[in-house]
Amino acid sequence: MLTKLLSGDTPRSGLLTLLLLIVLISLAFAPFLFPGTKSLETAARICIFIVLVASYDLLLGYSGIVSFAHTMFFGIGAYGTALALSTTGPSYWSLIWGTATGAVVAAVFALAIGLFSLRVKAIFFAMVTLAVASAFAVLVSQMSWLTGGEDGLNYRIPRELTPAFKLVDEKILGVRINGKLLAYYLVFFASAALFLLMLRIVNSPFGRTLKAVRDNAFRAEAIGYRVVWYRTTATVLSAIMAALAGSLLAVWLRYTGPATTLSMEIMIDILLMVVIGGMGTLYGAVLGATLFILAQTYLQNLMGVAAEVTSAVPVVSTLVAPERWLLWLGVLFILSVYFFPSGIVGRLRAGRA
Amino acid sequence: MAEEHPILVTSDLTIRFGGHVAVDQVSCSFDRGTLTAIVGPNGAGKTTYFNLISGQLHASSGRVTLNGEDITRMSVPERTDRGIGRAFQLTNLFPTLSVRENVRLVAQSRARKGFDLFSIAESHVELLERADHVLAEVRLIDQADQIVSALPHGDQRKLEVALLIALGPQVLMFDEPTAGMSVDEVPVILELIQKLKADMDRTILLVEHKMDVIRSLADRIIVLHNGELVADGDPAEVIALPVVQEAYLGKAPEAA
Ligand SMILES: Nc1ncnc2c1ncn2[C@@H]1O[C@H](COP(=O)(O)OP(=O)(O)OP(=O)(O)O)[C@@H](O)[C@H]1O
Ligand SMILES: [Mg+2]
Repeated sequence: MLTKLLSGDTPRSGLLTLLLLIVLISLAFAPFLFPGTKSLETAARICIFIVLVASYDLLLGYSGIVSFAHTMFFGIGAYGTALALSTTGPSYWSLIWGTATGAVVAAVFALAIGLFSLRVKAIFFAMVTLAVASAFAVLVSQMSWLTGGEDGLNYRIPRELTPAFKLVDEKILGVRINGKLLAYYLVFFASAALFLLMLRIVNSPFGRTLKAVRDNAFRAEAIGYRVVWYRTTATVLSAIMAALAGSLLAVWLRYTGPATTLSMEIMIDILLMVVIGGMGTLYGAVLGATLFILAQTYLQNLMGVAAEVTSAVPVVSTLVAPERWLLWLGVLFILSVYFFPSGIVGRLRAGRA
Repeated sequence: MAEEHPILVTSDLTIRFGGHVAVDQVSCSFDRGTLTAIVGPNGAGKTTYFNLISGQLHASSGRVTLNGEDITRMSVPERTDRGIGRAFQLTNLFPTLSVRENVRLVAQSRARKGFDLFSIAESHVELLERADHVLAEVRLIDQADQIVSALPHGDQRKLEVALLIALGPQVLMFDEPTAGMSVDEVPVILELIQKLKADMDRTILLVEHKMDVIRSLADRIIVLHNGELVADGDPAEVIALPVVQEAYLGKAPEAA
């Protein structure tokens, strides 16, 4: 039953299973285990990025396709939901049609880019995605009458998903049972469902074919697979998943802007998360996203503490100054790629007896 | 046999790479149920001729027809669907996947299940059984769970043949299938080709340098030289021709 839920793709390593369970339990009970607004924000971000990073791995890890347009699809989903909520009001209907429209638009874009450029060399596809994504970001910031430009969009969401909505009056385990909590669980369960769906796709005959195409497209053709169709379908599926992750973010933040969805920085973060976790295994997305976002959120604080402690030592205190957190993230990244070239998951699986 | 329609015909088939004509107006037809050996020195255009038939390269001029249908402009998978299959001279596998998965992918392609998105691949037991059946035939079943890139060269050559057998096409093209194999592995492959040949529906094209292999398997030999078809006929006759003797001069007949 559980194996079936995981599509037969079990973690296959004791330590990996343990780590995944820790992440799962922490996220499932985050509001109760880590009370406080900031930790809930972090938990929701982790859920959403697991979906986003997994959907990117569908391309990079499983299909061997390098795309720089993933944040564009993420943004299309977010803006779809955001625009629906701001134009037709904070109803569930707006939520549904906005999300569906975002996903469809993302799919159409991905189909067009795929059919146009996946026939030729891989580098060409990467360049086309880069160009299209940049153009899209410019377009969004220019069309401020629609998108709010650089300021983005603030909007209301259905009342049941906001802190103002109280489910019960008393606190349970010291936690207010309100709309924010419901919103968190919407994000959590939607992310879990999307993750399991992707796990099924990569373990389906289609997913296996993607790996074959990645390994040797020339031979895949010779045994009858139409490589372009497979690559294009993978691109479309990945775009739809990214758009749905974007919709979740739009609901969670009640704000959508270029900085939270479209920026190149996020694109690079996604790349790093996939590589750190381990390409070509969706569990890598879970660990990569979790570790990266935790580091991103708490490394600065940790370094602040370290800087204070070492304030007497001149060089060290400058090195660990909170502003340098990105430097340290870079160092962590290089170390992890050096020691775990196949990512954390690859390392853990190789290490099993 | 001559009365029957040939299954595969190439007419004036030509390809130029810049000024170099690698295959030069080769007209030849292949009958159902025959094994034709294609010989010629290195660089004669044998592999290129195969590439033109299976679609990896497109002809500059001339035509390829299969069962009377013009396939000259078709893509590789379209030709595969119509019954052309190919094993490669340079081993050409899915290196990060297991041996069994390599063959299973072929069975999956034949069963047209590549676009099945929502079932678990491993639950299609018939595809796994088909893969194991073929692996047993080529004596690779004990290595089924190994990753291909870790396989010794000889086993990779066997797997190369296994993929073609799993594909089970009407026209099978082998490009030096035993090259680089150890002496005790060669008979396994030759036996398999013999067995495929016994199945009268199949048409086999075999590029091979080893004359003893050709003598024992071929119904007919064609000779390519500088891209041109220079001889075509009975094995004994063709081997005796001066042009063939010449072509193999300075090159040990047993060398790969
Ligand atoms: N894609 C290509 N581009 C340019 N030249 C090519 C290409 N493919 C083959 N050739 C040239 O065509 C000629 C025929 O090559 P081919 O590989 O068909 O020979 P072959 O008969 O298979 O030789 P071998 O016995 O060494 O396998 C060679 O001169 C080769 O360099
Ligand atoms: Mg050759």
